[in-house]
Amino acid sequence: MRLSPRTWTLIILAVLIALAPVTFPSAFYFRIGALIFVNGLAVIGLVILFGYAGQISLGHAGFAGIGAYSAALMPMHLGLHPALALFAGAVLSGGLAFLIGRPILRLKGHYLAVATLGFGILVFIVLNNEAQLTGGPDGMAVEDLGLRAVSDALGLGLRTAEVWYWFMGLVLLLGAFLALNLHTSPTGRSLRSLHNSEVAARTLGVDVVRYKLTAFVISAVYASLAGSLQALLNGFVTPDVAGFLHSIEWVTMAVLGGAATVLGAVFGATILTALPQALTVFQEYEHLLLGLIIMLVMIFLPAGLLPSLGKTLRQGESI
Amino acid sequence: MTLMTVEGLGIDFGGVRAVDAVGFAVKPGEIVSVIGPNGAGKTTLFNILSGVYRPDRGRVMLDGMDVTAMAPHRLAALGLSRTFQNLQVYLQMTALENVMAGRHLAERCSVIADLLGLPASRRRTRETADIARGLLARVHLERAAEREASSLSYGALKRLEIARALAAQPRLLLLDEPAAGCNAVETEEIDALIAEIAAEGVAILLVEHDMKLVMKISNHIVVLDHGEKIAEGAPAEISQNPRVIEAYLGTQAEGGHALC
Repeated sequence: MRLSPRTWTLIILAVLIALAPVTFPSAFYFRIGALIFVNGLAVIGLVILFGYAGQISLGHAGFAGIGAYSAALMPMHLGLHPALALFAGAVLSGGLAFLIGRPILRLKGHYLAVATLGFGILVFIVLNNEAQLTGGPDGMAVEDLGLRAVSDALGLGLRTAEVWYWFMGLVLLLGAFLALNLHTSPTGRSLRSLHNSEVAARTLGVDVVRYKLTAFVISAVYASLAGSLQALLNGFVTPDVAGFLHSIEWVTMAVLGGAATVLGAVFGATILTALPQALTVFQEYEHLLLGLIIMLVMIFLPAGLLPSLGKTLRQGESI
Repeated sequence: MTLMTVEGLGIDFGGVRAVDAVGFAVKPGEIVSVIGPNGAGKTTLFNILSGVYRPDRGRVMLDGMDVTAMAPHRLAALGLSRTFQNLQVYLQMTALENVMAGRHLAERCSVIADLLGLPASRRRTRETADIARGLLARVHLERAAEREASSLSYGALKRLEIARALAAQPRLLLLDEPAAGCNAVETEEIDALIAEIAAEGVAILLVEHDMKLVMKISNHIVVLDHGEKIAEGAPAEISQNPRVIEAYLGTQAEGGHALC
């Protein structure tokens, strides 16, 4: 039986997640792996927004901020279990995306980019200034999700970093599974058609405002979950999670990997999460490098690294 | 029983009256052509009828219901479908997906079911794919089903757009220059296809420059010039109408045969 591209993508991802630890010399690498998966999750959400629906956002870290601080504040003030806080944060982000998306998504191109940018910065400012609640720029501690306890109760004998690695790997696979299902579904086709030609989609009955909003809300939920999970993984959170640079990092990952494919999203997230760890000397130039990468990819590989590579390989075969 | 009635329709762009006081009616199964020189307002008229532009004057009735300035997606739900003069194919999707996307209204499903890949969602996708393959065969594109639309020829894209419009199962189909840029064989195929669609009871409103095609298949012709209707009638009447000949050829016209 021929396997669908959806199944192939999931198999490739699962194999990579399962085999990567073979090359890990220390527990630190499991942590990096978990971080890669956190970013990959957010970028898969952006693939739905950018790649499927063709809408841009420079403010999705704002939703990550809401997710991260939900995971930090709700257990502390409402006595919610962190796992519940994670979902409550996602609902909050989704609801907020629904409310602000209605007016914002009427804008196109640069205007939409600037409006989303404004949203992200607003969230950042609130988190930074509401110091009595959020601890301000110093950040705050986040309760333990209890993954290690579950793992120990099951007698798996894994270290904390390893538990997080496997847990995040599963979450990433689930995120990829949902996004891949969407791609070939009726909703996915509607999103991609309004990306290709909004006027044609409208005359074929697609309520473009509603579908753009759908993609925006879904991607906001992905970003929010990524934000929550990052906070829980680190055990600590600062307003930087909602910062402009964080949004730009995600956009760069999406663009680098190829904004239209799930595998590309994970690829972009891997490179841009792992590289700064390897090249700590360049830390001061991170902004510069992100900008440079976006420019180079846009000029030379507008479809993104992975799709361009795939195309070259296929052409090579046919010759 | 008329399907669509247009009364006193008009729109201005700045000071220019792009369309003014245009009226006509379309019955089910009828092919009505809108002709006129370049810039006469034909495409603008289509854009008003399909809800892309809001008219400044007049009204459009569909099935006795006032649908003037209704949003395009709501008009689509009432059975109106169209193609575009400047091609609005989904270039980054395969030919099959293009036609499948045309069935949006019939196949849409809850987002949750689509995300989870529930059987309901997959079944719809399968059904839609089957129907879309049938429509591709109808426009002789079945072999291009899995190819990305951007790799298809111009003539093929024209036919693909018709197949996509048909996927919406319209009661009224607006075709904006379906034969433009097609060779003689392709034009004949499109000609036969349009007649076939009309025979199934779909009303067709056609903008076309190929006069041979228009005269052959139209039941009724509306002639626009400078945004106004200057003539209306059966093909035989129109080809003899002095005002029409003047509009096309100017006052220096030497004869009326040029229209046929």
